[in-house]
Amino acid sequence: MTARRVLAVSALTTAAVMALAGCAAGSTPASSGGSSKGFSIAFVPKQLNNPYTDVELGGGKKAAAALSGVDYSVVGPNTASASSQVSYINTLTQKKINVIAIAANDPNAVCSALNQAKAGGAKIITFDSDTAKNCRSLFINQVVSKDVGLIEVKQVAEQINYEGDIAILSATANATNQNAWIEFMKADLKSNPKYAKINLVATVYGNDDDTTSFQVAQGLLSTYPNLKGIISPTTVGIAATARYLSTSSYKGKVALVGLGLPNQMREYVKDGTVKAFALWDPAKIGTAAVYAAKALVAGTITGKEGDTFKAGDLGTLKVGADNTVIVGPPTEFDANNIDQYNF
Amino acid sequence: MSDARSKTTVDRPVKARGAARRLLLGRNANTVYALLLIVVIASVFVPYFAGVATVSFLLIDAVPILLMAMPMALIIITGEIDLSVASTAGLSAAVMGVLFHDAHWNIWWVFVACIIVGLLCGAFNGILITAIGLPSLAVTIGTLALFRGLALVVIGDNAVADFPIDLTAFATSTIGGTGIPTFMIFVAIVVIVFAVLLHFTPFGRALFALGFSKEAARFVGIRVNRSKFWLYVASGGISAFAGIFWVLRYSSAQSDSVTGLELSVVAAVLLGGVSIFGGSGGIVGVVAGVLIIRTVNYSLQLAGLPDTVLTIVTGSLLVLSVIAPSVSARLRLSGERRRSRALLAETSAA
Repeated sequence: MTARRVLAVSALTTAAVMALAGCAAGSTPASSGGSSKGFSIAFVPKQLNNPYTDVELGGGKKAAAALSGVDYSVVGPNTASASSQVSYINTLTQKKINVIAIAANDPNAVCSALNQAKAGGAKIITFDSDTAKNCRSLFINQVVSKDVGLIEVKQVAEQINYEGDIAILSATANATNQNAWIEFMKADLKSNPKYAKINLVATVYGNDDDTTSFQVAQGLLSTYPNLKGIISPTTVGIAATARYLSTSSYKGKVALVGLGLPNQMREYVKDGTVKAFALWDPAKIGTAAVYAAKALVAGTITGKEGDTFKAGDLGTLKVGADNTVIVGPPTEFDANNIDQYNF
Repeated sequence: MSDARSKTTVDRPVKARGAARRLLLGRNANTVYALLLIVVIASVFVPYFAGVATVSFLLIDAVPILLMAMPMALIIITGEIDLSVASTAGLSAAVMGVLFHDAHWNIWWVFVACIIVGLLCGAFNGILITAIGLPSLAVTIGTLALFRGLALVVIGDNAVADFPIDLTAFATSTIGGTGIPTFMIFVAIVVIVFAVLLHFTPFGRALFALGFSKEAARFVGIRVNRSKFWLYVASGGISAFAGIFWVLRYSSAQSDSVTGLELSVVAAVLLGGVSIFGGSGGIVGVVAGVLIIRTVNYSLQLAGLPDTVLTIVTGSLLVLSVIAPSVSARLRLSGERRRSRALLAETSAA
């Protein structure tokens, strides 16, 4: 009878593991494409299934397809967590991937894993959200952080007539990029005399999760009923906040600005919940990352300030201070131009 | 004649069922076989799996789970549960960050303070469960949220990253060229202590009795509440230790450190053959259970599968581990019935 039990249990586990190993084996053939001219690049986004990230990665995928011999892959966590990113970085190290392009959930937590990858011969590029400087060769940034901060404050100030309480609804509390923008917003609000009558009452975090952001937006307006405007410098946060506003009595009364995807924000611009928001074309980041990877692997650049490389449609890009490549200035979207964009 | 036959067929194997048999065929052993099987399958089917790097990357993520699984196994054997382990670790991580970075404590005193915080968290659970007599599931779901909330209060939005480099390097170092993380030495000590405690002391044997029947255990003189209380204290202390490791390994202390790990721990313990109803289980099986979860997760990650699949697999393994014992129990029961029917037919025929 015990023998039978052993049999039953091992049969169950074998079946389960076979199934798993089966799908595992089925999905790997692309991982070992390190031929003489080509190279492999793996993107590690902050989290998978994030609409903004998907557009970024789409740009990378297109660029990888345009260049021949580039083995492109994406791995990453489901929720924006640094520890899970580390596990994936470890697997990439083991697979000897040539270039790891990562948007860090925590600037320090991923560092030792990245350094291990580097020791194994990989080149490290960060995009979107940087790591500590010594952990990567290059940082591909959307825009100058300061410009983002300034444009957000400008948009909200215009919509509330330069007077009243505002709040910020951000992503995670440790998100490198959001925190940099928020710092510039705060500095601008404090130093610019035009904004003297604007009062930043709260900074809250929706963790880049739709439900959490929605609830946080709701909480914000019940805590501060006199709120005139909200800045949400994250695509998840602004969409969730817009959804809440559009169904509440605050619709059209509370100004909402931030960084949004035109496709997600279109209905709220058209129904009057949102007047204007901003963003750059995220696909360009993926594209720039792939071309930068190519140049790094070929050895034509090392990532030092002043290096330049060709980046397909984007023309020639230049490495600036802090080994950072800036892709483009932010674009403002409103009812007049939103239909020209599809992403 | 028939008497003699039944003696030889039934009695002799019973005598042969000594320690060796239990070692090779017990439920602990099944889990170890399953682990070996999974490792073999992963080595064959998953490219790059067979290698030293796997040992190092796989085991370093197993460290916190193994640590927390030890007291968890004992707690589940008594028929209770502790879902607050990851939040306890998170709270001590937050305390570690603040005391080191803001209060400028010596790092060794910080460690002591963290462990004390963990012990207090455990004692809090223990008091609610034993002195007040609340169900452990409800209490620890509550403290899961409470301790995480306190972590946020303690450290807020900050992330502390400037821990001494020798210590963070130590946390990710390996023993020689083996790829085995140095921290595994501490883990081994903890595992041995808990194995001895559970299997070779009256205290440990009492835990099994306690899991079978609280009333009976009390009746034979086991101090039910006291045993449980100290298990929760131990769980808190070990969780805090896991939190310290977590912070050093990722060089980062923040309010959401170690979020969600309690599920992996519970899954590993159950997969390791500890009955969710209490009363049975063993440390060897639990260690194998942890390694099974890590091996499956790591090989899927190595194969490039997304986190979504991992979550589904961990969940399925958990369900499987709860179902498997009752399915096998039912099989055993029907087998016994068939055999006794056969025996009955045989004897009546004779």
